[in-house]
Amino acid sequence: MKLTATQESGRLTLALSGELDHHEAKNLIRELEERIDTGLPRDCVLDLEGLRFMDSSGVAILLKLHRRMNALGGRLFVQNVQSQPMRVLDASGIDRIIEISA
Amino acid sequence: MKELNSVRFEFPSLSANEGFARGAVACFAAQLDMTLTELGDVKTAVSEAVTNCIVHAYPDSVGPILLRLRILEGGELEIQVKDKGRGIEDVERARQPLFTTGGDDRGGMGFTIMESFTDSMKVRSRVGAGTTVTMRKRVEKRRKAR
Repeated sequence: MKLTATQESGRLTLALSGELDHHEAKNLIRELEERIDTGLPRDCVLDLEGLRFMDSSGVAILLKLHRRMNALGGRLFVQNVQSQPMRVLDASGIDRIIEISA
Repeated sequence: MKELNSVRFEFPSLSANEGFARGAVACFAAQLDMTLTELGDVKTAVSEAVTNCIVHAYPDSVGPILLRLRILEGGELEIQVKDKGRGIEDVERARQPLFTTGGDDRGGMGFTIMESFTDSMKVRSRVGAGTTVTMRKRVEKRRKAR
């Protein structure tokens, strides 16, 4: 699991690559929240182009980031979702709450 | 249904083994000509089942997780994930979407995803004795075990 963060003015892009499960999620959520709290972005973009695998631990992370961004008065976008992670997101129904694009 | 092949393995409930478990299942399942989507579904279901053991069966300790895989005649994969942990008091309730005792690190989606990504899922549990989850995934027609 690898995280790359880039910030341009009010837009923070967090790119994840590798496999996201409960094992990886434990440390990742802390790191993602730290980036948001430091950057205080208006928009947070989670780029999942390099994410080959994700289970429901990823859904829990997305919900946490969504709440964090809401608390800051900002928004979370999830983009470049690959096919396996997209099936998990579809099954979770989270697209009713968070803007997700393939 | 006739069994064509089977494998069993056991590992401790350490989260580092989640990736190992789904990878090992994917290797075994390669004997069936699964599509990438089917293989992804199997890996996801295994990841959820094993994570449930780690988070819920053994919340404060490390215990054994047993995986049994069977390839059945007609192109079906059976995955059994068994623990000897604390068990589930109310299985029907635990299977409901968004029900979780795992705090907000878990979304309560585990059983829902296992159920929707496989063709059948059975859960047997006894409080204090452990839980066994048995899932079956059929491979599309015209595909056979080698």
